[in-house]
Amino acid sequence: MIERPLYSGPYAHERVSVRRTMLLVVFALLPATLFGLYQYGWPAIFLFIVTLLAAIVAESVSLWVMGKPQRPFLLDGSALLTGWLLAITLPPWAPWWIGVVGAFVAIVIGKQVFGGIGQNLFNPAMVARSALLVSFPLEMTTFPAPQPLLSAQAPDMAQGLAITLGDTTQVDAVTSATTFGHVKTELTRGADMDAALAGTYSLWEHLLGTSSGSLGEASVLLLLLGGVLLLYTRVISWHIPVSMLGSLALLATIFHLINPSLYLDPLFHLMAGSVILGAFFIATDLVTSPVSVRGQLIFGAGCGVLVFVIRTFAGYPEGVAFAILLMNASTPLIDHYFRPRVYGRDRRGRPLNHGDGEDQRP
Amino acid sequence: MKLFRIRGGVHPDDRKQLSAEQPIENLPLPPLLHIPLQQHIGAPATPLVTRGQLVRKGQLLARSQGMISAPVHAPTSGRIMGIGGYPAHHASGLSVRTLTLQPDGHDEWDDSCVGATAPFSMSPEEIARRVADAGIVGMGGATFPSSVKLNLRHRYALHTLVINGAECEPYLTCDDRLMQERPDDVRDGVMLMARALGVRRVLFAIENNKPAALAAMRKSATVQADLQIVGLPTRYPMGSEKHLVQTLVGKETPARGLTADIGVVVHNVATAAAVNDAIRHGRPLISRVVTVTGRAIRRPRNLHVLIGTPLDRLIEYCGGFQEEPVRLISGGPMMGQPLPSTRVPVIKGSNGLLALSASEVNDGAEMPCIRCGSCVSVCPCGLVPLSMVATIRAGRLESSVHLGLLDCIGCGSCAYACPSHIPLVQHFNYAKGELAAHQRAQHKQGEIKRLIEARTARMEAIKRAKQEAMRRRKAEMDGKKAQNEDRRAETAEASR
Amino acid sequence: MLLSILIIPILGILMGAALGYAARLFAIEGNPLQAEIEELLPGSQCGQCGFPGCSPAAAAVAESKAPVTLCPPGGRALAEMLALKMGVAVDLSGMEEKAPAVAFIHEQLCVGCTKCFKRCPTDAIIGGPKQMHAVFADACTGCEKCFEVCPTECIEMRAVQPTLQTWYWPMPAGLAQSGAS
Repeated sequence: MIERPLYSGPYAHERVSVRRTMLLVVFALLPATLFGLYQYGWPAIFLFIVTLLAAIVAESVSLWVMGKPQRPFLLDGSALLTGWLLAITLPPWAPWWIGVVGAFVAIVIGKQVFGGIGQNLFNPAMVARSALLVSFPLEMTTFPAPQPLLSAQAPDMAQGLAITLGDTTQVDAVTSATTFGHVKTELTRGADMDAALAGTYSLWEHLLGTSSGSLGEASVLLLLLGGVLLLYTRVISWHIPVSMLGSLALLATIFHLINPSLYLDPLFHLMAGSVILGAFFIATDLVTSPVSVRGQLIFGAGCGVLVFVIRTFAGYPEGVAFAILLMNASTPLIDHYFRPRVYGRDRRGRPLNHGDGEDQRP
Repeated sequence: MKLFRIRGGVHPDDRKQLSAEQPIENLPLPPLLHIPLQQHIGAPATPLVTRGQLVRKGQLLARSQGMISAPVHAPTSGRIMGIGGYPAHHASGLSVRTLTLQPDGHDEWDDSCVGATAPFSMSPEEIARRVADAGIVGMGGATFPSSVKLNLRHRYALHTLVINGAECEPYLTCDDRLMQERPDDVRDGVMLMARALGVRRVLFAIENNKPAALAAMRKSATVQADLQIVGLPTRYPMGSEKHLVQTLVGKETPARGLTADIGVVVHNVATAAAVNDAIRHGRPLISRVVTVTGRAIRRPRNLHVLIGTPLDRLIEYCGGFQEEPVRLISGGPMMGQPLPSTRVPVIKGSNGLLALSASEVNDGAEMPCIRCGSCVSVCPCGLVPLSMVATIRAGRLESSVHLGLLDCIGCGSCAYACPSHIPLVQHFNYAKGELAAHQRAQHKQGEIKRLIEARTARMEAIKRAKQEAMRRRKAEMDGKKAQNEDRRAETAEASR
Repeated sequence: MLLSILIIPILGILMGAALGYAARLFAIEGNPLQAEIEELLPGSQCGQCGFPGCSPAAAAVAESKAPVTLCPPGGRALAEMLALKMGVAVDLSGMEEKAPAVAFIHEQLCVGCTKCFKRCPTDAIIGGPKQMHAVFADACTGCEKCFEVCPTECIEMRAVQPTLQTWYWPMPAGLAQSGAS
């Protein structure tokens, strides 16, 4: 009668699985991704498909090399999600080999080398993106202005294919800088903030998604929608997004108040760039973020501070990827020191003694 | 009444509708009863009867042994067929010493089963003594001897008695029906226990998913001023002793301590009804209500059965299996134990028999841990199950203890919520067992050393005694020799 | 330039000398570890480890000449404790958990020769000349000294069975079981 091997309870289970979690995140990314694909047309679509396929192939090859079974791991959705996240942080009209190299770096170096799913220390998509940025700075910083799919000047399918295969003539024609890129350049040239902002996109454009950038930076509104879906389905908790965005906004406000002509205001920090994507989809990556509430708050705050510091004081215009990678490195440390309070014990681990009237907060 | 929040916890689908509306039915007498001598925490009872002896219902069959133990009584009148090993009501499939009784069908009560005329004027010691003699143990599944809990009054300053009517495990409805059908008996048992403990305040807690039980108990409690019926939010594991007390009183039981450390004692609803039966009617604990349920059972029911009834009788009465069950569980699905076969008998702590189908169990293939933290957010004890499992898998049991392994109540919320379907609780059960085995081994080492030293000392003493004896004999012999020589010299002298 | 090149080797030489001196200054005489290890061993001098007694065995372990898994009666528990003391990582999977065994005398074969109880280091056998011998299972360490000398081979080493009080859940099989590894 008892067909399965004997194991101890419980004999009931919530209807959750790894695949459900991964697919929910993909589903939450869908609106923003589809809009971004629409904005950037055929080249973006081809690049996206190539990156996803490369991620899955890389996963399959790694599993084969490691001697693990293909089916359960390929179908758990984690390779798909990594490829997806990587694809939406690439410049939409980048050549195909950027996507392929990135996918292989993400899956092999970012995940499988550590031991497979659940063992990696760094977020695989961010590892890949940073590696690409450092190795191929030209291709990774060439952003086209949005050319919506069915508009007159958008490339058709054949032209799109050509662009993805490496034809850069059309790309050069429509290149435009991202907001942060432009502002940073202007500020280093000594311009004042208002002048710097003059040549960039308005907040509205960032919100709606008509600004220039990678697919994932496009529409803040749609990304927020996806983030809310993740919160509602309890895939992520609010602690990391709130602490990350909150600390970033706080620092930005302080500095902006000190010197408005040198420092961007907090709304720009929040809307431009990929910090919304980072806060809801990348920093909250289950494997590389802390497991306890206090740990998550510290992690998020650290990410926010680092994003601000890198954007304002360091050489790169965009700091989300590096900030998250740096905080990922400290996750084991955070997990070790910031554990929840055990029932019946105080924060230091000693059994409670109710005569002292001490702290029972978690 | 103000309630406090507990951390974590899960909301399993309670599936109580399968049996919640079924009134308690009496199971007919089975042809044979198998009564184990160990149905409680502590030392097994020692048998007082022999093979072939005729006994009557409620007669003492086995005496309790030591401080933490409970006696065993005859569930019905009949003949003792034998005393020997029989499969235990335990996941291991091991045997336990069991009395086999063949009912004679008359169901005659023993003369010793006489109720008290004025139970509420008995002294607390007398109440505790009768509860001990009646073999009452915690009937929520823990089976701790209830009289020992009642005597905690002597060592701790107690102020509140909490009655656990939460029944937070899915599927189980036995306590629910008991409260609906015998509220006055339960109430009287509760007040007797309060008297035995010497407490002024009694909180009777029932989860809000049992509105009929709440109504019935509230109605019954109107006559009792110091008995307060409290509705609890429905959440698992609200019925865990420590968390129940925290919800009602706002204080956490100190680690490795008892709820008595904060002045509270918790008892189960069915235990209260048994106390009432024992004191008022003189009846020892010889039967209980069991919920037989699960989608694999044709007619789920709440049955009133005699202790010692083989489980296959209960299943047969409920129409048998309508499909082959994937799991046969004793208790609830979260903390219940798998059963080795249906031959095993009902014991004092069996509150449920579940025959579960595959869709209910929702097993999945185990995947690696993705560190999602679901286990951390649902753990009611504030532990980090994923770290504990990692240290246990690496063989570092001491590390897992530092992470809080021994503070784990084994509720199963973590494994319930794990997306990777990792059997977290089994790792903890294994580790706890392994640690206990190490302790036993170390204790044995200490004893062995003592024995070896004693033996070495003994051998030394024998050796010394031998040497002493030899020395003395030698001295004697020398003395004798000297004497002989003297005498010879004398004789020689004399003969010259 | 030359100065910066010279500074590094000079620092290296100075620090190396300091370390060498410290090694001499803080060297430990003898091995206090041996006494501590001997404390942990059962002390029944059964000889199953291959050494003539627990003292030489402790000395060997302390000098890392013998593995921490050397003592069968001590089992895994002892191996773990020794590993902790020696600060080594030990692979216990190789240690075949020879289930602890206790001696059992088959009474119909016993002739009462007294050879066994004279050898038992814990006095776990009771008996007298021409009288039935029996083993106190609680005091038996499984050292097999009695087993070796019994002339009628009436002693059997029986594996200790789990009881309801000592049984516990085995370690879950893990990913291997579900085919995902």
